[in-house]
Amino acid sequence: MMEAMDILTTASLWSAVLRIATPLIFGVLGALICERAGVLNLGIEGIMTMGAMIGWLTVYWGGDLWAGLAMAVLAGMVIGWLHAMLTVPLGLSQHVAGLGITLFASALAYYLYRLWVQVGNLPPTIVPFQPWAVPILSDIPFLGEVLFTQTPPTYVALILVGLVAWMLARTPMGLALRMTGENPHAVEAQGLNPMRIRIWAVMVGSGIMALGGAFLTTAAFNSFFPSMVQGRGWICIALVVFASWRPGKALVGALLFALFDAFQLRLQTVVEGVPYQLFLMAPYVLSIVALILVARRARVPEALMQPYRRGER
Amino acid sequence: MRFERREEVSVAALVIAPLLAVVAALMLCAGLIALAGVSPWVAYGEMLRGAFGSRLAVTETFTRASPLILTGLAAAVAFRARLWNIGGEGQFYMGALAAAALGHSALVGWPVPLAWAALAAAGMAAGAMLLLVPAVLRLRFGVDEVVTTLLLNFIVLLFVGLMVEGVLKDPMAFGWPQSVPVAAGLRLPDLVPRSRLHVGIVLAVVVVLVVWLVQARTVFGAETRAAGLNPAAAAFAGVPITATLVKVALLSGGLAGLAGAIEVLGPVGYVTTTMSPGFGYAGIVVAMLAALHPVGVVAASVFVATVFVGADAMSRATGVPSFIADVIMSVALLAMLVALLFTTYRVRR
Repeated sequence: MMEAMDILTTASLWSAVLRIATPLIFGVLGALICERAGVLNLGIEGIMTMGAMIGWLTVYWGGDLWAGLAMAVLAGMVIGWLHAMLTVPLGLSQHVAGLGITLFASALAYYLYRLWVQVGNLPPTIVPFQPWAVPILSDIPFLGEVLFTQTPPTYVALILVGLVAWMLARTPMGLALRMTGENPHAVEAQGLNPMRIRIWAVMVGSGIMALGGAFLTTAAFNSFFPSMVQGRGWICIALVVFASWRPGKALVGALLFALFDAFQLRLQTVVEGVPYQLFLMAPYVLSIVALILVARRARVPEALMQPYRRGER
Repeated sequence: MRFERREEVSVAALVIAPLLAVVAALMLCAGLIALAGVSPWVAYGEMLRGAFGSRLAVTETFTRASPLILTGLAAAVAFRARLWNIGGEGQFYMGALAAAALGHSALVGWPVPLAWAALAAAGMAAGAMLLLVPAVLRLRFGVDEVVTTLLLNFIVLLFVGLMVEGVLKDPMAFGWPQSVPVAAGLRLPDLVPRSRLHVGIVLAVVVVLVVWLVQARTVFGAETRAAGLNPAAAAFAGVPITATLVKVALLSGGLAGLAGAIEVLGPVGYVTTTMSPGFGYAGIVVAMLAALHPVGVVAASVFVATVFVGADAMSRATGVPSFIADVIMSVALLAMLVALLFTTYRVRR
């Protein structure tokens, strides 16, 4: 028990929390933007896989790390566009279309990777993002090591939380987006095009999800391998519900989740006799528990999963 | 452009839609094959040869199709009632574990047909129980079952790892993480000698016919359709929605569990964490390509099995990555969704 307490007070644990949370923050923000506009995007797992592959490949082919992130966003937006076309103008079941997108995007990512990259006994590697200490701030004891000695994409993720929160709550664009998720007919009555808003929301959201995947290959690890996203996309979908569709709460959810994950990883080395699979199960079990806890009180966007057809009620 | 619901969906349209979707998928993927520097004609020719070119190839293709028939049927019966069971993969593994655990020694000495029936029932029960959790969570708490079934797949796969490295570990497997084998006397007999094709496929087709009859001729069948088409109207008409969905969940999970049990009793003989090349997920594609019709499931399973078995052979012959099989399958699924839209709606300007 004392050992468990000791783990909780180390700066390295809290630094790991932010690192583990980063892909989740990107994923949950992306999913949140889509859902706030009324579209469930179950393509997330595939989009993150594609982002991971494209981001890594760009760097492997000689591109800059930032170019890798940019290409990942672009790839995510392209796949997001496909999901948007299927679910918005065509109004297909968002559940099935999203799963189809996940199957498609991950299969395509694996196919292109095998096609373009010679894989020997070990997957080839790149030089990933290194932690960047923010001047002055990183000298603060404890907090400096935890908050201000991260890799650059983590800072991007944290800034993005504020940006998305401000955009949704304070800008006309955010208002239109939220309204499209609640009552697209009212949006139409305002002279705006709810279909176009939904398509853009899904594309932007998907681009952000892809950043979560790209973080895995360009900062957390240095190579790409199949099934590396490991259900993080699905966890993000659960986190959106847990966060009641709010960016600030989404950050808290992702951090809580990462804390749990980082803690169990360290606990594995301390506690003996417990099979490692039980520890690995914990994040998935936790997601389900989180869903049950909030499901009753969740305020779902009214028009989520309702295809919009002009002149139809 | 707007969509208008057709009064009735013609049978011809439901047959043509999957064919169009498959052709569209093959055409789109031809571009990806060309990207590998291989002529699509050559590649598709090799795929056909790999899936049907020899006696061994044909038996392999049908061996691959048999679990797909059951996981596809599992998805189809659930989707018909708008119960989005994406957990076929986990239910498959639970069924497989149940069959291996009981089939190793517990049922030895029982009359063989009785033991088979018990093992099938155990596999079905294991799969059904697993789907019951997300079904109840949805009905009681309104938790979306897509996310819970997906998350359960990861949990189950870890659980399988726990079992095959723990209590069910085979001490004779030289340290490989695999479960104890099913007793030799309980393995399902081969259908074709000197091949892996076993009677499981016959069993799968029989199950398809039974489910078809149930769906077309019983009150339960009518209730599932009503629950799927319009739950509010169905409830108003007196259909017990909750009870119907629970029954559908038990059936769907049971079918996927049965697939796992048969796979263990038939070609594999034990459980490993890699025994399913995504049978559960491929079952979703099968169900959609079949337009959720039980009989269509058989044809769609053979198609998907052809693509997978053929792609492995084609990959060895031409060097095109075998992941092309997954791409073809997913594009076929997306194309089928679009094709289905036009069978139920017509476009008005």
